[in-house]
Amino acid sequence: MATVTLTINGEKVTREVENRRLLVQLLREDLRMTGTHVGCDTTQCGCCTVLFNGDAVKSCTVLAQQADGADVVTIEGIGTAEKLHPVQQAFHEKHGLQCGFCTPGMVMNSVDLLQKNPSPSEQDVRHWLEGNLCRCTGYHNIVEAVLHAADTMKAKA
Amino acid sequence: MYDFEYAKAKSVSDAAARLKATDGAKLLAGGMTLLPTIKLRLAKPSALVDLGRLGDLKGITVAGGIVTIKAMTRHADVLRSADVAKAIPALVTLAGGIGDVQVRHRGTIGGSVANNDPAADYPAGCLGLGATIVTSKRELAADDFFQALFTTALQPDEIITEIKFPVPERAAYIKFKNPASRYAIVGAFVSKGPKGVRVAITGAGDNGVFRIAAMEQALTKSFTAKAIEGIKVDPGNMLGDIHASSEYRAHLVTVMAKRAVVACG
Ligand SMILES: Cc1cc2nc3c(=O)[nH]c(=O)nc-3n(C[C@H](O)[C@H](O)[C@H](O)COP(=O)(O)OP(=O)(O)OC[C@H]3O[C@@H](n4cnc5c(N)ncnc54)[C@H](O)[C@@H]3O)c2cc1C
Ligand code: FES
Ligand code: FES
Repeated sequence: MATVTLTINGEKVTREVENRRLLVQLLREDLRMTGTHVGCDTTQCGCCTVLFNGDAVKSCTVLAQQADGADVVTIEGIGTAEKLHPVQQAFHEKHGLQCGFCTPGMVMNSVDLLQKNPSPSEQDVRHWLEGNLCRCTGYHNIVEAVLHAADTMKAKA
Repeated sequence: MYDFEYAKAKSVSDAAARLKATDGAKLLAGGMTLLPTIKLRLAKPSALVDLGRLGDLKGITVAGGIVTIKAMTRHADVLRSADVAKAIPALVTLAGGIGDVQVRHRGTIGGSVANNDPAADYPAGCLGLGATIVTSKRELAADDFFQALFTTALQPDEIITEIKFPVPERAAYIKFKNPASRYAIVGAFVSKGPKGVRVAITGAGDNGVFRIAAMEQALTKSFTAKAIEGIKVDPGNMLGDIHASSEYRAHLVTVMAKRAVVACG
């Protein structure tokens, strides 16, 4: 067991964890922040994507102890039901989801893309989202949504 | 996932001492190979020694015709490095083709080289450029470092600290990806420079990454794709699986090597 302290969505959190505790388990099971999903056990699906010191990572493959001192942003940290993040709004408007299971990871990875590249091409979006799998949409509307979010975010800036 | 001891290494020598003191201890770098393996119970280390806090194991320098990449440098850092893009653009292509964005944000060059997965990209870059692997104990030529599938010259308490790549006149890396995992089914790294002409192949060999002497000789005489089109590898020495038979891999080796020569420009 060890004590870890990290910043999650702007708030300092301290917890006792087992050495084998994964960041995603800390989020979902200890903190009951269940917006971050787990879709596989092979680090392939991207449902568990969060921002980790500003970069999108798969929280199912980071130990809680590796996150000690880190700044983590989850899907709960970017918008609210009343005031969606522009990427969430765009997924809503462009029908970028069906069952919604992959959506938190898709949104978080897209947020990372747009903070690093505010004007991505369609090719850039498809390449960036390679590590996020969706079994429903066929990706078309997800890509549309991210391109739309880029436009609305630039218009607001 | 079975539990394990966990320690944040305070220095390279601290990490080496911990590896020596604990039977079954393993280094943890980006965790992009080791943690999935532990989760699937394919590995059961007794302790993890985390290199993640060692700032002096991170960074890239270019000096005297050598690009030095420290072990804990992430794939994303190589991809974004203007210095590497200027000196050895083929390494930027290689780093940018590893896995996906999230994997590149955690995975490191040291972990990738230490792991020597037969389908990994960096082993081809190291062998194809004639890199030197610098460890906590010694310096090893890539030719001596990679030994067999998932097997290297590393001793149990030896730590990779950096990798030195001589800057070539030209180099290119072309990989035929597995569409699901994005690991190489066949990847060819070709270079011409201070170490002569080198052709290294990953993804295909049943003993891991390898060079093709016949292609290197042919390219030394004439650096054209045509010079190697008739040179084939023996399917008997290639991996075969549901993704690609050994015959198909043998065929792809020549195709990818030719494309890499063309990409060298
Ligand atoms: C979905 C997915 C897709 C991937 N696709 C690709 C791909 O297309 N191409 C590719 O090449 N790789 C791919 N990878 C692997 C990825 O590149 C890993 O990052 C890399 O193989 C291991 O690096 P790491 O830093 O994560 O090491 P870890 O997983 O932390 O460690 C790997 C091994 O190396 C040892 N080790 C780590 N650092 C050192 C050191 N400094 N000295 C000595 N030993 C050390 C560890 O003890 C362990 O045995 C993929 C991984 C995933 C999850
Ligand atoms: S849960 Fe699938 S990548 Fe993390
Ligand atoms: S919307 Fe169902 S998995 Fe993507």
